[in-house]
Amino acid sequence: MTAKSYDWGTIAQHTKYLELKRRKRVFLFGWWIAASVYYFLLPILSGYFPDLFKIKIIGVINFGYVFILSQFVVAFFVAIYYTKVANRDFDRLTAELVKEIQ
Amino acid sequence: MFVKTLSVIFFVLMLTATVFAAEPSKSAPIATVVSQSSQVPTVATSAPAQTGAASAVAKPAASAPQVKVKPNRAITISMFLAIIGITLCVVVWAAKQTTTAADFYAAGGGITGLQNGWAIAGDYMSAASFLGMSGLISLYGIDGFMYAVGPMFSFIAILLVVAEPCRNAGKFTLGDILSFRASPKPVRAVAAISTVTVSLFYLIAQMVGAGKLMQVLLDIPYRVSVIGVGILMVGYVVFGGMKATTWVQIIKAGLLMSGTVLLALLVMQKAGFNPVGFFSDIVGNQLVQDHVRINVMKDALPKPGFDYGQRFMEPGLFLKNPLDQISLGIAWALGAAGLPHILMRFFTVPSAKEARKSIVIALFINSTFFFLINLIGFGAALYLSPQLISSVDKGGNMATLLLAQKLGGGAGSLGGDIFLAFICAVAFATILAVVSGLVLAASAAIAHDVYVNIIMDGKADQHTQVKVARITSLFVGVAAIIMGLAAEKENVVALVALAFAVAASGNFPCVMLSLFWKKFNTAGVVSGLLVGTITALGLVVISPVMTYPQKIADDAKKIVMTLEKKQAEGVVLAEKDLKLLDKSKADFAKNDGGTSMVGLKAPIFQLKNPGIVSVPIGLIAAIMGALLFRDKRAEDMFDEIEVRQITGLGIAKASDH
Repeated sequence: MTAKSYDWGTIAQHTKYLELKRRKRVFLFGWWIAASVYYFLLPILSGYFPDLFKIKIIGVINFGYVFILSQFVVAFFVAIYYTKVANRDFDRLTAELVKEIQ
Repeated sequence: MFVKTLSVIFFVLMLTATVFAAEPSKSAPIATVVSQSSQVPTVATSAPAQTGAASAVAKPAASAPQVKVKPNRAITISMFLAIIGITLCVVVWAAKQTTTAADFYAAGGGITGLQNGWAIAGDYMSAASFLGMSGLISLYGIDGFMYAVGPMFSFIAILLVVAEPCRNAGKFTLGDILSFRASPKPVRAVAAISTVTVSLFYLIAQMVGAGKLMQVLLDIPYRVSVIGVGILMVGYVVFGGMKATTWVQIIKAGLLMSGTVLLALLVMQKAGFNPVGFFSDIVGNQLVQDHVRINVMKDALPKPGFDYGQRFMEPGLFLKNPLDQISLGIAWALGAAGLPHILMRFFTVPSAKEARKSIVIALFINSTFFFLINLIGFGAALYLSPQLISSVDKGGNMATLLLAQKLGGGAGSLGGDIFLAFICAVAFATILAVVSGLVLAASAAIAHDVYVNIIMDGKADQHTQVKVARITSLFVGVAAIIMGLAAEKENVVALVALAFAVAASGNFPCVMLSLFWKKFNTAGVVSGLLVGTITALGLVVISPVMTYPQKIADDAKKIVMTLEKKQAEGVVLAEKDLKLLDKSKADFAKNDGGTSMVGLKAPIFQLKNPGIVSVPIGLIAAIMGALLFRDKRAEDMFDEIEVRQITGLGIAKASDH
């Protein structure tokens, strides 16, 4: 597929690689799970605790509406934060690793 | 030479469509079926969201529609023609640059992150979201808005755990990712079956929706719309491949966002840019209150002290079963990440970094879209009234269109006509873009996985590959047209639920395990995909989303009994009720004793969305399969796929394949 072939087994033991792998895994799965928990709170709370959703916050706008809006905010936040961390850390670590291997 | 042959076939197809168009009389009865049918909401086709809409409308028809959306045909058709013209220019331009398999499936990897972001958004936002969700909000308030969170959230899984690893480890298709360290032939075969199933289900639902929409809006006969849309999508894909499809999706996303932003701005302008006041007006609106009380909560007399307006802002008017909502949430959260036509889009960008950028952009566009849909939906409830919206279409699918007409200046005014025509054109472009992406995904699975890699052992030159891909697209497109025509009267809502359920239960676990679990192997992929797909399929066909004639008959019987009792008491029925009585009697006679497609009188599985059961089963099957048939080679190769997916080393440059 590509002109250059790599010794995958050796790279897989490289300290920098292990570091990258660990950090990526913790970050990605951690945030994925956290965001999913927040997302599933929506059907759970609205379905089983509808009274919570009825609490008025501003005028007629209630907790339910604000909570739905917060889902959008959380999604935006995760997207922006991940982009930042990926650009700053993951891409840099990857670039360093690739440089050392080649 | 080959392109010429195809052009001839394409031309013949177009002629066929014209011939069909010349005999509109044949489909005349359909119009009545659509306006009265209580089974399928007009546009309810492209999201599991609509699963519920079907049941929402499956209430006894209380009154025949009096108001109709009547776009100005001349203006609307010219806008349609403009869209067709522009997109065909794109196709001609793209066709010249499509010479290799990588060009055809992945636009040569030459799409930028920004472009791909718009294209993914264009691939994902469907006419059902645009028309159906605003309708749900206008009829059921906050429950409709809650629906919109799922499709927005599904991009989180794609962003964090799917897009970049897949871009790094794959090439064109789902089969490429799954067969990386498994034995290619069985895995590609199963992946191709799954891809074609998911894409075709989704595609047929879209085609049926398109046909019905065009029929209602422009009185274009159903079959002409389906064939017309089919020919255009085949044209885009066959000649322009991924490049043309991408640009059609970008154009569509641009149009859709312009329409949505404009509508939302007009709504907010009318509300004086005061959201709190806007919602107070809705809660205080007499028509909204009456609608909630009479049509939704069925309280003949108002409960003393109950705030029916505020109830519109509270959950539970539409989404009644929490377990079903959680199940639907699972389909959203995982299913979108397993949709082959979305997966395929990651391969059009040159690197994982660009793939990341494209998902972030798609997420922003998508979230903005679903947020604005909420303003449009609530705006429609306030400025049009739920009564008017449901009288035009019981599922509320015409809310966006009616609102455009009203905010443009009202029915019959030039402004109203132009704005309505524009929104119709946006819906049309939306349908075209979504179906093209699906045809491309299905053809890639057949041409790339089955023909090139299974039949030809990967030994096919570029020229042959592109030729096969084009022929396959033509066949997939024709098959979709034929099935779309045959499915006219079917309950297509189930198909969409099915597509998402299969993607979440079969594809998603297998993709994840291939990328992240060392012991995963051929047996795991095969059992995971098969068991996941069959479970999801099996649960949907015995679920309430199917049509149960016995239930229709029972409901009709209830109405007949109530009305006859009234008559026996000496009440003189209004003409409307008399009509309803006749219709209910006919419905009862026609449906009594009938069974669903699989011979059931009533659903066995009570949830509309199978995810909560089928995803764990699919996942367990994949894990068990892998553990029962351990494969040393697959485990040895894990280092390779892991290093590739994490670092992007040895990434398949679409251009150098």
